[in-house]
Amino acid sequence: MRPSSDLIRLALPFVALGALLGGVFWLQPRAMSYTGLNLLFNLAVPIALATLAQMFIIAVNDLDLSMGAFVGFAACVTATFLNETPWLGGLILLASVAVYAALGVVIHLRRLPAIVVTLGMSFVWLGLAVMILPAPGGAAPGWLRTLMTVRPPGIPMALAASLLIALAAHLVVARSALGVVIRGVGGNERSVARAGWSVLHARAAAYALAGLFGVLSGMALVGLTTSADANIALRYTLLSIAGVILGGGEFVGGRVSAVGAVAGALTLALAGSFLSFLRLSPDWQIGAQGAILILVLALRLGLDAIEQRRARA
Amino acid sequence: MTVLRKPWAWAWIATIVVYAITIAATAGASAAGLAQAAFTFAAFGVIVGLGQMFVITLGPGNVDLSIPATMTLAGTLSLKLMNGADAMVLPGLTLALAIGTGVGLLNYGLIKVLRIPPIIATLALSFIVQSAAIWTNRGLRIKPPESLAAFSTGTLLGIPNLAIIAGLLTVVAWVLLERSIWGRRVTAIGQSLPAARRAGVAVDGVRLSAYVLCAMLAGLCGFLLACFSGGAALNMGAEYLLISIAVVVIGGSSVAGGNSNVPGIWGAALFLFLVVSMLNTYGFGAGPRMILTGIIIIAVILAASLRGRGTEGG
Repeated sequence: MRPSSDLIRLALPFVALGALLGGVFWLQPRAMSYTGLNLLFNLAVPIALATLAQMFIIAVNDLDLSMGAFVGFAACVTATFLNETPWLGGLILLASVAVYAALGVVIHLRRLPAIVVTLGMSFVWLGLAVMILPAPGGAAPGWLRTLMTVRPPGIPMALAASLLIALAAHLVVARSALGVVIRGVGGNERSVARAGWSVLHARAAAYALAGLFGVLSGMALVGLTTSADANIALRYTLLSIAGVILGGGEFVGGRVSAVGAVAGALTLALAGSFLSFLRLSPDWQIGAQGAILILVLALRLGLDAIEQRRARA
Repeated sequence: MTVLRKPWAWAWIATIVVYAITIAATAGASAAGLAQAAFTFAAFGVIVGLGQMFVITLGPGNVDLSIPATMTLAGTLSLKLMNGADAMVLPGLTLALAIGTGVGLLNYGLIKVLRIPPIIATLALSFIVQSAAIWTNRGLRIKPPESLAAFSTGTLLGIPNLAIIAGLLTVVAWVLLERSIWGRRVTAIGQSLPAARRAGVAVDGVRLSAYVLCAMLAGLCGFLLACFSGGAALNMGAEYLLISIAVVVIGGSSVAGGNSNVPGIWGAALFLFLVVSMLNTYGFGAGPRMILTGIIIIAVILAASLRGRGTEGG
């Protein structure tokens, strides 16, 4: 049996991740250890969570340009309110998830361009974060710090957590009724409505899930860095979009893959380390992420073309 | 009230309101100075906004995310080439425009060859361009040539030179979009690409030229901004991603493409600057200022969508 193009699409992010990891091990065999892997994937968990958050928005054919600012806001709340008065911090984070759901409702009802609304929201989140923490600071709640630095036997925390997160998100997106409707909205909004589901509910749910994963990303980030700053995660906006696409997602049509998105996020997180092992200037770190993105997309196109030729033959 | 029906009217009304509120705080003392500052800073937004407008007009999914990186690279390299020498102004400008042309060609090359959405193509390329800018920006901050620094901060008959340049570009863009065959083709592609193709429009050529034009304007804007602010900085383009998209949409152009207007870009660019200075005047700190800016942007979009329903019936 020949692999279908869907399987290729799903496998490609893992091939890219494996190739990059192989490259790192070849350059620095000592990275092939528990501690080495822990260091390599140090910041992978928050990036993976932010990528999943973006994935839920992309699943309904929208795009969130405020993701980085929102993760920064969540990080600032975690490092201050959640640390000092946990109930208040929890309430604020919960409210911010509700704001995301409300955004989904407004965007749907008024047919607003999501790109512009989220661009506007990026100002709001950043402004709130600056008001909470005018200067870098705060502290991670003890339990969060413990959770993020736990050392499970056999497999580094970052990888174990990524696997769990990918699995959980996969169950929501691919196996739950809600996930099917959300992807259906991305695929064909009208047919979902005709079939009797509420497109409004689906979009609100997708946005709420994005808010939830964004909050988790900010919390995970603080657990790792132990302090926060309003600008801490601004890079995540573009990284999360790149991660979703790298993981086999498409902008339109509700084609997204949770497992692929996490693999894409890990690949981007690793790109930076790979460069330093090559002893290339860190100036080129973001450039390498761009190059990997282009390379994987080119590879996908090539494999698709081969697949099509086979199908015709 | 036919003027109110124009898609760009609301951006201008909002601008005038915000301007009035701001000068009310100082009892009119700052009226001229504020207008001059607004036109100077709006000029940068207009220049990148015009480019972004051509790209957005091409239809859903067409956005150029590489504008900030292009601005930074063009500003950095052209200042390096000029190295403060007045005689090198023309080569510097040429280099900035050449960088823009290169980025635009690469952008569309990626879109076409890899068959990927423009957002991803321009995003991926912007990572590389930004890295190139970081790599070349190392070391000393190079000052722009005297003549250029004086020109970019100077005025002619009370009008900032930059605003005059942006104004001329606006006229050219208006003629291109509204009165030239090329502009009609851009709009046609935005309304329906398959239909435009069947009607015999050379779709690839038109799209390519729109992306190149957009990146060239970004290069020019980076060049002018670097001269205006006395040197190139790595984050100099950062805020122009939002501004370039916001001025197009707030200005009344359709974000889904196929229906754009030029006058709204000026209204929106002035509005974005004036909102910030209004909040400054009333003593808001950085945090509340950003929050209010964001809320006002969303409110304007919302208001525009309500109006759209009334006049277009859908």
